[in-house]
Amino acid sequence: MAEINPPAIKISNLSFHYNENSGVHFNDFNLTIFKGERFGLFGPNGAGKSTLMGLMTGLIKPKQGSVTLFNETIHSKSTRKLFGFVPQDFSLYDELSPAENLQFFGAWSGLTQKDISNRTTELLEILGLTDVKNKPVKTFSGGMKRRVNLAIGVIHQPRILFLDEPTVGVDIQTRHAIIEYLKQLNTEGMTLVYTSHQLAEAESLCNRVALMDHGKILACNEITHLLTSHKQENLESLFLHLTGKEFRN
Amino acid sequence: MFKLWCTIRKDAIILFRDKVGLLLMFVMPIILVLVITSIQNSTFELVNENKIPLLVCNKDTAHTSVEFIEALNQIGMFEITEVSNSLSTKSLKTLMHEKDALIAIVIPTTFSSSISKKTIDVSSKALQEFGLNEDTISKKTSLTQPLPIELIYNPVLQQSFLQSINGALTSAIQIIEGKKLVQQLYTTLNEKPMPENLQMEILQKNISIEEVPAAKDGSKTIPNATQHNVPAWTIFAMFFIVISLGGSIVKEKLSGSFVRLKTLPTSYLTALLSKQLTYLAVTLAQVFVIFSLGIWVFPYIGLPALNLPTDLFGLLIVSLLCGWAAISYAICIGTFAQTQEQANGFGAVSIVILAAVSGILVPSFAMPQSFAVVMKLSPLYWCLESYYGLFLERGSLRDILESTLPLLAFIIIIQGITLIGLKKKNLI
Repeated sequence: MAEINPPAIKISNLSFHYNENSGVHFNDFNLTIFKGERFGLFGPNGAGKSTLMGLMTGLIKPKQGSVTLFNETIHSKSTRKLFGFVPQDFSLYDELSPAENLQFFGAWSGLTQKDISNRTTELLEILGLTDVKNKPVKTFSGGMKRRVNLAIGVIHQPRILFLDEPTVGVDIQTRHAIIEYLKQLNTEGMTLVYTSHQLAEAESLCNRVALMDHGKILACNEITHLLTSHKQENLESLFLHLTGKEFRN
Repeated sequence: MFKLWCTIRKDAIILFRDKVGLLLMFVMPIILVLVITSIQNSTFELVNENKIPLLVCNKDTAHTSVEFIEALNQIGMFEITEVSNSLSTKSLKTLMHEKDALIAIVIPTTFSSSISKKTIDVSSKALQEFGLNEDTISKKTSLTQPLPIELIYNPVLQQSFLQSINGALTSAIQIIEGKKLVQQLYTTLNEKPMPENLQMEILQKNISIEEVPAAKDGSKTIPNATQHNVPAWTIFAMFFIVISLGGSIVKEKLSGSFVRLKTLPTSYLTALLSKQLTYLAVTLAQVFVIFSLGIWVFPYIGLPALNLPTDLFGLLIVSLLCGWAAISYAICIGTFAQTQEQANGFGAVSIVILAAVSGILVPSFAMPQSFAVVMKLSPLYWCLESYYGLFLERGSLRDILESTLPLLAFIIIIQGITLIGLKKKNLI
């Protein structure tokens, strides 16, 4: 389905490692994510998921190779308008209200005052934050902060959205609301790149996944295809089958 | 511009919601300037306006010692209390504590005779030098030293204060000795006592001293504790924003928001420019608040009012430069510090050290010669020199260029170091 679309993200011959003793080594790494995909990136701790996120968002510079978003190199300023990023940590100002956070990050994303006002009203409504739009974020619960975190990531309506464990530590209701909203965004044409340890959640959200470990992709395909080819019942058993049961640090 | 405006708005909101930070930036310097100016002003009044309590134990029964006490009175520095001449030194010390007297003097029994002997000796010697007839001279004799006056002082007295007391006592002794010497010479030469009116003519027509401050605008406003302290502690307050600004940069660097900022199509330099403009407004507000306090509030609490310089444009430029130097320093600390503790700890301690060597805590003229170079490395020194040039020397901006240009050079250098640091840390 997705493969008929043009590439949204193309990683070619990428090499990167932090230091010689680091477990994460990317050597001649290649990956293509197509426009309109809901792509899941999974692996145990130390697999290199966050590093790969950093490389795809331009936060980390590769030693060799290239990362392009819609055929534009990630390190050009114009490319940064193409994507949104929802980091695992709350990437917002605690002292500000959701509306003030959206005003600031909207401006930094290149929006006009009118666009910011419209998008702020829309997003606060969708994510159920209208009633608390003027209260400082530091008074919010973890779930509310996650919703503000997500709203900031999508305020400029990016073509690609990177999500690093966007539902960690939230209740069932918030998780359900976030996943449904992400599906809606994807329906509207946004490409999603998602990492999480919540494999059941991933099964409901992603249409293609990559299982990786130590900076290498172990398997990459649609979930049903992977389960059939590896004779596994669900994503969790496939995960353990490919990455083993040993503890990871 | 819209991005910059939104960033300034964000920084201003965060700043105004940080009540402790605001307290540090405004209330602390106000308390400091009030306390230090009051203390210095009371010290100034103690030395210049109030009389110093002095106990006099006169063991001499002759008239010269009484004249000496009168001379001390005429100096106008002391509030003299004569105590019993039978007191021992130990009893006198106890009495000093009881009467809150900082100093006491014991005039020895031989005071008058010693002065008399000395004046006869000196006049004889002088007449011999003039080659006058041996008959007019009583006899040839050598000079002898009179017995000392014992000065007992409270150990809390500062050395400089003690020296000025010593100087006053020496001056009184010299008045008496001079008077006696003139009388002796006159009597020896004229074989009759010196007429009272001539004595007055010779001894009391002293040349007066007029104190003129070297003000560049020709004004005769005498610098006081307010003129010294208000600009000095305003500079200290400006540089103390390192706690708030340096800490805020580190906090932003360590927070998740910074990771997101790095992925957005806006340079971090916008954030730094916003912080510079926001905090520059804060430093100007500090100047306005503290100077207003000096002008309008100080007179109500018995302190001298602050006199603004004649060159108000110069004052604005110097205030902007001082604020910008403080902000540049804080941003540099924030860029290189790894944690908020590092930024706050190093920032605060370094400002106290820089203030100490710059002449804010201790006057620069009182520092050892070896500090002359170190002093000039402190940006606070150039800030202080610039302000003093306007407030104390009553100069214009043109007169203080040699202080403001090094300040500008400091700003350029420190901003350059910050940019290199940001580049090395891959932040811009």
